[in-house]
Amino acid sequence: MSEKTDITLTINGNDHAIKVEPRRTLVDAIREDCGQTGTHIGCEHGICGACTVIVDGEPVRSCLMFAVQAAGKKIRTVEGLATDDTLHPMQQAFMDHHGLQCGFCTPGFLMLAVGVLEREPNISDDDLLDVLSSNLCRCTGYQGIIKAVRAAAIEMRGK
Amino acid sequence: MKPAPFIRHVPKTLDEALKVLAEVAPEDGRILAGGQSLVPIMAFRLAKPAHLVDINEVEGLDRLHSDGKTLSIGARVRHGAFHKNVVDNPLGKLLTFVGHHIAHYPIRMRGTFCGSLAHADPSSEWCLVSATLDATMIAKSARGERTIKATDYFQGIMSTALAEDELLAEVRLPLLAADAKFGFNEFSRRAGDFAMSASLVTYTVKNGKIADAHVGVGGAEPSPRRIAEAETALNGQTPGDAAFRAAAEAAASAIEPLEDHQTTGEYRRDLVRAVVRRALENSQS
Amino acid sequence: MSAPETKGTGLKWVGRAIRRLEDPALVRGQGHFTADLSATHWVRFVRSADAAGKIVNIGKPGGKMVITAADLTGVKKITPMLHKFSYRPIGQPILADGVVRFVGEAVAAVVAPSEEEAEDIADLVEIEIDATAPLTDARDALKTGAPQIHAEAPGNIILEGKVKTPGFDAVWDGAAKTIMLDARSHRQNATPMEARAGHAVYDAASGRVTLNCTTQMPHLMRTAIADVLGMPESDLRVIAPDVGGGFGQKMSLCAEYVVLVWLARKLKSSVAWTEDRRENLIASFHSRDQYITLEAAFDKDAKLLALRADVVSNIGAYSCFPTTSGVEPLMAMAEMPGPYDVQQYQCLARGVITNTCTMAAYRGVSRPVITFTLERLMDKAALAFGIDPVDIRRRNLIDKFPYKSAMGLEYDEATYKETLEMAVKAIDVPAFRARQKAARAKGQYLGIGFATFSERTGYGSPAFAARGMEITPGWETVHLTIDPSGFVEARIGSSPHGQGLRTTLAQIIADEIGVTPDIIKVIHGDTDTSPYGWGTFASRSLVISGGATLIAARKIRAKLIKIASHLLEAAPEDIVLEAGSAKVAGTDRSITIAKMAREAYTQTHKFKGEIEPGMTESGTYDPPGTFSNACHVAIVEVDTETGHVRMEKFLVAEDAGKIINPMIADGQVHGGIAQGIGNALLEEIIYDDNGGILTANLADYMPPTAREIPEIELHHIETPSTQSITKAKGLGEGGCIGAPAAIINAINDALTPFGVGIDEIPATPQRIRAALREVEKAARKTA
Repeated sequence: MSEKTDITLTINGNDHAIKVEPRRTLVDAIREDCGQTGTHIGCEHGICGACTVIVDGEPVRSCLMFAVQAAGKKIRTVEGLATDDTLHPMQQAFMDHHGLQCGFCTPGFLMLAVGVLEREPNISDDDLLDVLSSNLCRCTGYQGIIKAVRAAAIEMRGK
Repeated sequence: MKPAPFIRHVPKTLDEALKVLAEVAPEDGRILAGGQSLVPIMAFRLAKPAHLVDINEVEGLDRLHSDGKTLSIGARVRHGAFHKNVVDNPLGKLLTFVGHHIAHYPIRMRGTFCGSLAHADPSSEWCLVSATLDATMIAKSARGERTIKATDYFQGIMSTALAEDELLAEVRLPLLAADAKFGFNEFSRRAGDFAMSASLVTYTVKNGKIADAHVGVGGAEPSPRRIAEAETALNGQTPGDAAFRAAAEAAASAIEPLEDHQTTGEYRRDLVRAVVRRALENSQS
Repeated sequence: MSAPETKGTGLKWVGRAIRRLEDPALVRGQGHFTADLSATHWVRFVRSADAAGKIVNIGKPGGKMVITAADLTGVKKITPMLHKFSYRPIGQPILADGVVRFVGEAVAAVVAPSEEEAEDIADLVEIEIDATAPLTDARDALKTGAPQIHAEAPGNIILEGKVKTPGFDAVWDGAAKTIMLDARSHRQNATPMEARAGHAVYDAASGRVTLNCTTQMPHLMRTAIADVLGMPESDLRVIAPDVGGGFGQKMSLCAEYVVLVWLARKLKSSVAWTEDRRENLIASFHSRDQYITLEAAFDKDAKLLALRADVVSNIGAYSCFPTTSGVEPLMAMAEMPGPYDVQQYQCLARGVITNTCTMAAYRGVSRPVITFTLERLMDKAALAFGIDPVDIRRRNLIDKFPYKSAMGLEYDEATYKETLEMAVKAIDVPAFRARQKAARAKGQYLGIGFATFSERTGYGSPAFAARGMEITPGWETVHLTIDPSGFVEARIGSSPHGQGLRTTLAQIIADEIGVTPDIIKVIHGDTDTSPYGWGTFASRSLVISGGATLIAARKIRAKLIKIASHLLEAAPEDIVLEAGSAKVAGTDRSITIAKMAREAYTQTHKFKGEIEPGMTESGTYDPPGTFSNACHVAIVEVDTETGHVRMEKFLVAEDAGKIINPMIADGQVHGGIAQGIGNALLEEIIYDDNGGILTANLADYMPPTAREIPEIELHHIETPSTQSITKAKGLGEGGCIGAPAAIINAINDALTPFGVGIDEIPATPQRIRAALREVEKAARKTA
């Protein structure tokens, strides 16, 4: 154990005042300390992308950041995508195009795709495929995910 | 797979950072920049640093600047910075092209250029760029500043000339000639994986002949380096299949290949032959 | 939110690609996964770094809770049983007891207030082992004089299946040509994105423990854990909440869960363990580590006459529960002849114990391996006969049904030839051959590969009994209720985890009782709230749980008609159920199903004792099994300089009987193919000479990314199954079964000009280059 420090994580606009060791990864803090369990842990070494969240507008692996490094930054997780009853176009597209089966990797893929498309709305289909190769899915063979993200990209550009 | 405990230091200025690094370095203190290589090895507890000097809030280290001769890349400049062209020179295009091969988009949002060099994975694209282009490393410590040439900097697998109390504060890349051509090719089994071999080449064409060829090979030996034999095979030749093949063959013969359980030296030479030739074939200005 | 397509009237629900009822929660991050639960105590397992040896001492840090085998007094070993095939029962201690048998075996369990602290303490536990040389390769373990890993299993053989059809020798000796293949399948890990996790909490009031865990078989886990701990089963509740993929890896009993329940009872508190990815790769279950030598005898017209197989399956250090380590070798033996008409068969299939992680089922079980072996052999034979790979299949595929295999399996109506022809036409073979020729002239090597196969699905208890299994996980039960509010609940014993069964069962129910899927809740995965059942594995849930659902729904339907007949005073045969109401045909008289359901609870006097109160019916289904079939086609480009294989295209013509939800069916095939591509090209667990694992992270163990998966084109034929009351066949494993074969055949087709044979999966670039380099060296020598 090392000494815990007080920090505030701002997740989807809500402040969470928590006490964590410096070694606490951002994903553990989001899940364990802030109780936002929609973000999942798949590998804890930066390969699978299940833990992808958006920090200050950038999609990042939350297993490769320490929670203390995210204090004062704007964190967005899957729980913040929908507004009340309205799903984000990306969420809707995943449902429409069978972009998920077990749903474990889904939050990471949603945040990856949303994070990149918000930064680069006109990204080419081929570059988008490169982006989607960032995360692992074991159920869908990626066919539904690729379709969903391309469909949502069109929708997001239209807005 | 949770990191072992450590004490985190968050300096705001470079002097402060160097001072604390000098203090904690003997107790296995290390720099934390992007963390995209360090945090995984901490998760596996292959590294258990007692102190981390987090430089993410140090002013000035995010400087990315060209003086018309060299491009200076500060310790906090992230891979993602090169998604767009950062300098009006073939080097800018080169960095964008090569940068897209680094891991994956979210990793590029966090990982830093200098961090890659400090980590010195044999397969690192930025290490290959630095070796091929004869970069100069600016190492700073509480003791002062020194410059290290690429040929002296890389000292084997994840091993560099940096002393434990030194921060790689900046890397300087020489701008390329305005008419320089560059080519890059790497081989990995999956998208975004560390390259099993990679090659970066630059050259100019003078009177129809190749001049000032730089042929760098990464991922094949403990450190990336320029392959003199391949460069000799190119300089003075007409650009084209014969010269490219000769250079690729020279590179494949010249290396002392890394071997592992799956990958024999022969296979590594096969890859080097392929990536060097393809880098040359794909070269553009 | 746009309205889900789960409302509407006048439509049949079965056969429609409706959106999944599972999805709204999952896309919002509202799923409930085991690791989401917090606990008072966290467990970290200390695992052996040695593959074999005696435990000399376990040094525990002072003042910390560290549990070892010595603490688990009275806890039984996990000892799965098979009553056939000379099976030797071997026991797995819950924590290593005196000896270690593989790297990753749990030796101690550390308990601490957080995961971080548990790991800190685990680092301080010093396990001293008098290490001995390990056996990691099955062929080495079979050698005379090899060290014996379990005293109960001489020669390291845990079981031996043997079969030889009468008259085999005569047919073999009379053959015009025999073709042989030595095939090697390296070891894989199913790698669900959610690794294992368990959370056990003790309830002081009832004395019960509730275990949440990532299992595909919650009811059996409860039975098995209660057995091992010697506790009343009623004191244990097992919940499989949302489970993040299983693919077979989450079928078997994990010793870790036993420790959690034991600790929860001891500490009278909550205890959790979340497996990390490294543990998952080294210590969760492995599969597919096999050597198969297959020989085939043909007549002069390339008609297959006889098959002879030798199967050596590396089963690891222990036998998995409930299937036992017979799951791979016996599956290989039973289904090796595949879709071909061949009545003479000889096979020796052995399960071999080694100092490696225990083998268990993984999607397709042995069939990806035997299909790759048989299909590769058929291509080799085609080459030897100078005929086209498609042609040799045309000559040999079964086309008369029902068909009894040499092993006595009954194949129901299928479309082996039709799917082959469909695929051949869709892929346009002549156009490909022209393109291949043009590419070769430019030094580019394209190849096409076919795989035709059958997929045994939805088999009930007799199939498991035939294997001599002590546990025959065959039937399923469904309790279907219309509640007094008119909403529908189906409580099922099966335990889906990504297959969309909540949606497909709702579609079946909706059509039967005339309601819409959106008012149907399918409840599963909790032993307190669902009937005893087996779970989701072996491409069975839609067939068996779906069949049970249909039986229960038919009973509900009958009851609704009876009630409507009473209340509307009409003959039962005049009642029509649709759009949430019962109507009297040809009249405007109707009553809502909701009202009938309410009255079935609250106005029972109206039925004068002729109708039982309430609105719950039960259905149980235990079918014989049915065979799906498919033809897979892969087009690849082999980079002969690097050995890299680029997947250009994948095409499937599949027949899985009646399709309940085409979107979900396609998703299953897509996912299976992606795993098959990983199997064929990328994924391999590698042991070093000391029994350590060199692929203990997701950079070294390589599930494919979106970049490695090509466009997948699917075509369907729907031949209704006569062996399944929903007419549906299973299809969860098919993608995985056919893909490696098609890809390996495509690679070999691409490399035909070089005369090399790739008979090993994964066909890594290193292996492909090694084969090509030999050819290049030989060519240089002759030059």
